Amino acid sequence: MVMADNVPKIKILKGAEADLSAATYQIHDESHTIGNALRWMIMKNPKVEFCGYSVPHPSENHINLRIQMYDGLSSLDALLTALSNLDDVCLTIGDAYRTSLTQDDYEKWEEKS
Amino acid sequence: MAAEASSSQLPKSVYDSRRHVGIHKERVSNVSSTDYPGHYPGEDHSWNLQKFKKKLQVKVQRLSTRSIEFDLVGVDASIANAFRRILIAEVPTIAIEHVYIWNNTSVIHDEVLAHRIGLVPLNVDPEFQEFRTSSGINATPNDRNTVVFKLSVACERNPKAPKGSIGQYINEYVKSGDLVWEPQGEQRSIFEVDPAPTNKDIVLAKLRPGQEVEMELHAIKGVGKEHAKWSPVATASYRLHPLIILNPDKPVPRYLATKFAECFSPGVVKVSIDERNMRKDSVSREVLRHPEFEGCVELKRIRDWFIFNIESEGAYTPERLLPESIKVMRAKIASIRKAAEALLTGGDGEGASADGDVEMGDA
Repeated sequence: MVMADNVPKIKILKGAEADLSAATYQIHDESHTIGNALRWMIMKNPKVEFCGYSVPHPSENHINLRIQMYDGLSSLDALLTALSNLDDVCLTIGDAYRTSLTQDDYEKWEEKS
Repeated sequence: MAAEASSSQLPKSVYDSRRHVGIHKERVSNVSSTDYPGHYPGEDHSWNLQKFKKKLQVKVQRLSTRSIEFDLVGVDASIANAFRRILIAEVPTIAIEHVYIWNNTSVIHDEVLAHRIGLVPLNVDPEFQEFRTSSGINATPNDRNTVVFKLSVACERNPKAPKGSIGQYINEYVKSGDLVWEPQGEQRSIFEVDPAPTNKDIVLAKLRPGQEVEMELHAIKGVGKEHAKWSPVATASYRLHPLIILNPDKPVPRYLATKFAECFSPGVVKVSIDERNMRKDSVSREVLRHPEFEGCVELKRIRDWFIFNIESEGAYTPERLLPESIKVMRAKIASIRKAAEALLTGGDGEGASADGDVEMGDA
């Protein structure tokens, strides 16, 4: 797989507020996978007025993520918080899965391939 | 019919109507989740890791050599879907990408045969290999990024076979089991099992006496979003846990009990509903078609109870697949975070170099 060179991972699109209280982030090389999960986590923040994402075109390899904040807060901070919260979700699910796999009693069966 | 939904094997909390997706005759209802701040006045739905940990439940149900079924309860569809999508498209595997054909006198064309060979699932653990890159050490094939196979099959007549019997030809079929691994560099000591196709009986081409194929195959690491041959799973899917709620005010008449039970998948409804077997229901909506059962039952699905089913193609053991997808997800988050932090320090991103990718080679 060849990595795209010289394309910034995140670009703030034109029209963002100067204090970043409302901005659209174009995230390169991402899709619904991270877009929807990130949108959900950002919407869990009560200081967020609006959050939505789109895949502008299926043949373009990026997503647009729009965040609008209450009280002139920074949408970039909200994005960073959501990213670390999403990482916690991954860790928690991974731990719970490992616990179940090692400790639970479940059916093991033989499957012909 | 003493149909009651008591003797609860399912936790009581599944009857919380906010967790229900309604299944009706010709439509579904309450599909979207509502657990956002501001949706219910006076309720706090902001992100809280402790609450999430308390609600989250992951339980492995069945495990075989090729597949796994587990329940993921208490997460939003967006999270469950992210893992499903990563399992299909972004967990890396090794597959044959470059085919060097020295000789092919079979009736199947070079490019068609090469395509078929590319689709053969290999048992190579992707952990031991690196991605090819456009620059740096992994721009050219070496033992850290390429697994080499030879395929050399020639068909001839079997002189010992009696006339008219089967088995007139030797090497009538070119099969995946004919791939011969050619260890490169340190590979013999690195791989725990010798690289080979997971299934030795895939027919790649048919030959007749005098025809032969001879080729060298290079397998490299890749992901399913580039080509499905790199997908580690045969299927990775989830469904929402079914829920059947009987109306206590309108019990099913005794003489219709059998007919009622037959509206559901086998084992789901006996004399009373077996809650542990509710998960087996296909939610066919058959009950909703019979006027005599109108109002007797409500069909639901539990919005945050995902029953995952993952079938491995063989590169990973099935129980390793979810952890691998979590690894990929965390790597994605880390790369976005790095870029976002660069924006935070480097001012606005327009034209600024906020590339989250690590440059290969010397800076």
